[in-house]
Amino acid sequence: MQDKSAWNWEPGKRVVLDTAKCKEGFEWLEELQASPDGEKCAAVVNLGELEFSVCVNGENWGNTYSRIWYPRFGPDGRLSALCSDGMEWTVAVDDEPWEEGHGYLFNTKFSRDGSVIAVALQDDMKYGMAKDGEAWENLFDNANNFALSPTGNATAAAVQVEPLDQADINKFQGGIFSVAVDGRAWDERFVNVWTPVFDPAGERVAAQVRKTLYDYTIAVDGKIWPGNYTCVWEPAFRPGGGIVAPVRSGGKWGLAEDDNLIWDAKYFQCWHQAFSADGKVAAAIVSPKYGKFTVAVDKAEWGLYFPVVVDLVLSACGSRAAALGKDEDEMWTIMVDGAAWPGRYARAWTPVFSPDARRVAAKVETNGKYTVLLDGRPFGQDFDQVWDPVFSPEGDKVLIRAVDNGQYCRIVALTSEF
Amino acid sequence: MGAVEYGIQNRKVDDIGLIQGAARLTPERIQKTIQKVLAGETGAKLKAYSEICVRCGLCAEACHFYMSHDGDPSYSPVGKVKQTMWVMLDKKGKVSPEFIYQAAQVAYTECNLCKRCVQYCPFGIDTAYIMLVVRRICHLLGVIPQYIQDTAHSHASTMNQMWVKDDEWIDALQWQEDEARDEIPNLRIPLEKEGAEIMYSVIGPEPKFRTQLIMQAAVLMNEAGMDWTMPATTGWDNSDMAMYTGDNEIMARLKRDHFECAQRLKVKRIVMGECGHAFRSIYDMGNRALAWRMHPVPVVHALEFYWELLRDGKLKVAKPFEKTVTLHDPCNVIRGRGLHEKAREVVRAFCPNFIEMIPNREHNYCCSAGGGVINCGPPFKNVRVQGNRVKAEQLKATGAEVCISPCHNCHGGLEDIIHGYKLGMELKFLIDIIYECMEKPNAAE
Ligand code: SF4
Ligand code: SF4
Repeated sequence: MQDKSAWNWEPGKRVVLDTAKCKEGFEWLEELQASPDGEKCAAVVNLGELEFSVCVNGENWGNTYSRIWYPRFGPDGRLSALCSDGMEWTVAVDDEPWEEGHGYLFNTKFSRDGSVIAVALQDDMKYGMAKDGEAWENLFDNANNFALSPTGNATAAAVQVEPLDQADINKFQGGIFSVAVDGRAWDERFVNVWTPVFDPAGERVAAQVRKTLYDYTIAVDGKIWPGNYTCVWEPAFRPGGGIVAPVRSGGKWGLAEDDNLIWDAKYFQCWHQAFSADGKVAAAIVSPKYGKFTVAVDKAEWGLYFPVVVDLVLSACGSRAAALGKDEDEMWTIMVDGAAWPGRYARAWTPVFSPDARRVAAKVETNGKYTVLLDGRPFGQDFDQVWDPVFSPEGDKVLIRAVDNGQYCRIVALTSEF
Repeated sequence: MGAVEYGIQNRKVDDIGLIQGAARLTPERIQKTIQKVLAGETGAKLKAYSEICVRCGLCAEACHFYMSHDGDPSYSPVGKVKQTMWVMLDKKGKVSPEFIYQAAQVAYTECNLCKRCVQYCPFGIDTAYIMLVVRRICHLLGVIPQYIQDTAHSHASTMNQMWVKDDEWIDALQWQEDEARDEIPNLRIPLEKEGAEIMYSVIGPEPKFRTQLIMQAAVLMNEAGMDWTMPATTGWDNSDMAMYTGDNEIMARLKRDHFECAQRLKVKRIVMGECGHAFRSIYDMGNRALAWRMHPVPVVHALEFYWELLRDGKLKVAKPFEKTVTLHDPCNVIRGRGLHEKAREVVRAFCPNFIEMIPNREHNYCCSAGGGVINCGPPFKNVRVQGNRVKAEQLKATGAEVCISPCHNCHGGLEDIIHGYKLGMELKFLIDIIYECMEKPNAAE
């Protein structure tokens, strides 16, 4: 992660790149990507038949490829992309390709600070992962549900450990799936495995498993919870606590921690559990009445119900929560601590808390134009394109990365400008 | 001569899934499972249906199986219920493994869940719903035809219908993008474009066997100037055979993946290709299993999307499609969504020589592939082809050279019928004709 205090927080607007000019030398320019600090703007560019490069602030990478896709800035500001010369694939990071090529690479993942980059890989129809250029030693007949630990020390995936002949339903039901961590599969086999997740230290892994066609539970480092559920959703490690997963029992959903119900199974839906950094506060999106969704924080439901609720986030201290609700007219509302902001929007993006949790900002769309809201109030200008807002370390300024009339610009706005 | 005895017992088909599944059953497990489903998963509806049905048989002629089997009552909708659910209810679940085998064969392979019969029953009894409850019981008992069970396994393991691996999906899109560039040099299939208006979704067989449909859709999206994307993750496949095996938990998991994929990409709506059952799963069953009363991201079926593009002048006809055509109305988007007039407006815009098949619109006969029947595989191919002689007659009577079938399952089913009854008809998706005849302003000279 970049040290945000080192970024330029001088208030004002600066044009970083005139994309209209940028387009001139190319057949086409693909979607723009903005760096976390807003100083760079990049896109894949086509230079002619089967010749692609990445243009960063108007300068092309030195290397060209016959195909480039998924250019993304990581949290540390490095730009990676998946590149092929027509034969093999590699990951290029700031124009430096990984040494070894592979049959196919996809699903780029960054560690929390961005220092580690991992991808899913296929070589000779065998599957696994590679981290900073190093591939798993063991590859599998199939792998999916890829994960990189927050610290970047380990990778994991759901893996198929035995081949399966066409329509061999018996072998399948005997269990041919497991979890592999850094390419080493657990000894245990399951009918299905989904969403392996790491603990914050990257030392333990929990996943959803289906033991038979009908019995679901959570497996932790290969050991399953003794309880059987008719369904489960992805587990999460509660900081300083156990493993928490939504479980379905008696036709309704609740939350279980280490196989014990901590939220009664009384919801029509319960998912996307989230915790404060100290693990003391737990929240989730729940549906207490059929078709009506809300957020519950430590089991207390917000009094606001929408047909759809998404993007639940907790402030680091856990004292505040925010989420998005969508109504019957397909209009979005931003909810913070159980209260709705006044506006309704064609689209809204995940709310962002300031480091001290005092303020909340979010990107929204109205009439095809985009802007940023701060505590419900819009910035004084709207744009053709906007990225998620970023708070200064003190939370007194907001970085707005936007495209205005073809110009990519970086705006440091004071909170008084909203 | 004694009376002819009709019934499923006379036409049992060997299938590993059914044979092995039934062999594992005990009467106790059967009874417990049936009672659990009846008490916990069905409500007043099922009870009311069984009480109000007066056995009048008015539903019989609605069903293509009955019509194609010279009025054999065991193929009528009420006959299917009589051989399955009524017995389970009457005997309070005390039925034999052999009974479950036969009930599974009826529910999975002799009913397409097409809901045509609902319209003919004076009480609106929904036989398709009853057959789905029978399938749910059979799923929980593990008595499911092999091939559709394998498809459900694929869904659970890869989140798509055809065991397509994550990279194969992306590779297929990139390959189709290259193919399309032969004609439209600057065409793109924008992958993972967060914030696009539209996520385009398809069904599992498209990247595997029907890649040209992806290419044609990409041309349409590009030439109509749409702001669109396709995901490079799971969630791209909108199809759902778990819905048809009775594995409601996997059905829900699939739909969650699909909708959360669209939510992650922040699109305003999902446009889906020409598939009927996937529409049912997204619009009616899968979404509701997750407690969303409606779809959490609006879903627009291809037929409606084409119509919209024509209305807005974004899709224009460059030349007429001159051959005589007829249109097959797929159950799930016609009876299920009422898209029949919109479909006709699009067909008429491109095809001056359009002949209606009779009956049509919401009264059209099913293709006999739907409801997962075609996914039950080779052992049951004859069941659906012989069970749909009326469809062959209906198609033949049009005299059309081309049959348009805007649904994947219908396509597969009609292909077998056209071939099996030697109708000599061409079969097309609507996008095949649109692609051939639309204006392409960006095409290379
Ligand atoms: S196939 Fe269609 S008409 Fe026949 S019983 Fe099933 S739902 Fe009714
Ligand atoms: S038409 Fe309705 S009432 Fe008559 S037999 Fe069929 S389902 Fe029963």
